[in-house]
Amino acid sequence: MASKPRITKAYTLGFAATVTIVCSVLLASAAALLKERQDTNIKVDIKWNILSVLDLVDSKDVSTEHVFELYESNINSFVVDPDGNRVEGEIAEEIDPKAKPGLLPVFAKQDGDSVLAYCIPIQGKALWSTVKGYLALENDLNTVKGITFYSHGETPGLGGEIDKEWFKDGFEGKTILDESGNLVSIKIVKGKLREGESDLEHKVDGISGATLTTKGLNEFIKETLEKYEPYFDRVRGATS
Amino acid sequence: MSLFSKKNQVFLKDPLMDNNPISTQVLGICSALAVTVQLQTAVVMSLAVIFVLSISNVAISLLRNKVPSNIRIIVELAIIATLVILVDQVLKAYLYDISKQLSVFVGLIITNCIVLGRAEAFALQNKPWPSFLDGVGNALGYSIILLTVAFGRELLGSGTIFGFQVIPDAAYAAGYQNMGLMVLAPGAFILLGLIIWVQRALSGTVTE
Repeated sequence: MASKPRITKAYTLGFAATVTIVCSVLLASAAALLKERQDTNIKVDIKWNILSVLDLVDSKDVSTEHVFELYESNINSFVVDPDGNRVEGEIAEEIDPKAKPGLLPVFAKQDGDSVLAYCIPIQGKALWSTVKGYLALENDLNTVKGITFYSHGETPGLGGEIDKEWFKDGFEGKTILDESGNLVSIKIVKGKLREGESDLEHKVDGISGATLTTKGLNEFIKETLEKYEPYFDRVRGATS
Repeated sequence: MSLFSKKNQVFLKDPLMDNNPISTQVLGICSALAVTVQLQTAVVMSLAVIFVLSISNVAISLLRNKVPSNIRIIVELAIIATLVILVDQVLKAYLYDISKQLSVFVGLIITNCIVLGRAEAFALQNKPWPSFLDGVGNALGYSIILLTVAFGRELLGSGTIFGFQVIPDAAYAAGYQNMGLMVLAPGAFILLGLIIWVQRALSGTVTE
């Protein structure tokens, strides 16, 4: 057994400093080396989610290049403000809604000049966590085309069911406006929808055991739609 | 002394069964509950723990005669934390989807008592090679339990194995239902309890 070095305060300090420096150099270099790949992953993930809610991809087995290519050729992204005006000089994909709540990104699925569908980011507090996702609307800006949640920390099997197909499918074809064109948003009900219930076109099957999660979703989906309404209203006016 | 002498084999094999970190020492339960809903996440978690535990044991063993004992815990933690963050960064770069599912639990390997426990109980007193074997052995012992629990939970809770459906549609049509309890943490507790029961019945050891 090697003899223990004599422990002095200076030795202890020196040892601690050495360990700290070695560890931080290791971590800093790893972070620097991997940063580019990680950033690409995050970008691909965002784009994949937008494409998927707009029905442009349906499986995770697509190459990074393919995602970028599909995105480039189909999506036109821009930013609007809560008054419905376009904001120039901002990149829609890079807006952090927490830092800039006044900027609203819109991802439009386009074929030439005509817009086929719109996709907007939605996020807010549910029961345990911040839920993030996208909501897609048909080009009438009334009918829901699809919804997706890509990040959440809700209880698996209960609130976590929000990212399951059966739940998300319930949103398709629902409308966010009433007959006179006022925003009513979408409401996830408690339990299942019943035949003959009023306002079926605005309601979605709930998840048993996840009342608080869906309550959160109801709130932030409505809030988000309200923020976008001035812009949507303008687009609807221009096309009809 | 050969690399795989009888004595060294014990370091590797003992934690697999008789001295299993989860079922005998009852350490690392938190992550065993959290990442065992699906097999895939359990496999990645197991690999992460094998990496962290073996390397941290070696590193701490190499430093065992140099570490001032009054700051040894914090040094051990610094080494473990560095390794864990490395794993987390690599997962984020190469297995992004899985790292999203594992979320905080990779980071929580730092607080997994097995890692610090082996550093304190073994690596500080032993040479690097036995420490490496001890690390691998304990991590494998952890992995075995993790995978067994995940297998049971995914099969009973979702009817799938590694994401492939194994319960035939006919069974669902005949009224079979996935057990919702298995998806939640109590399902893991129940399976874990059963595993410990079976293991103790087999080995005949009762430590209490």
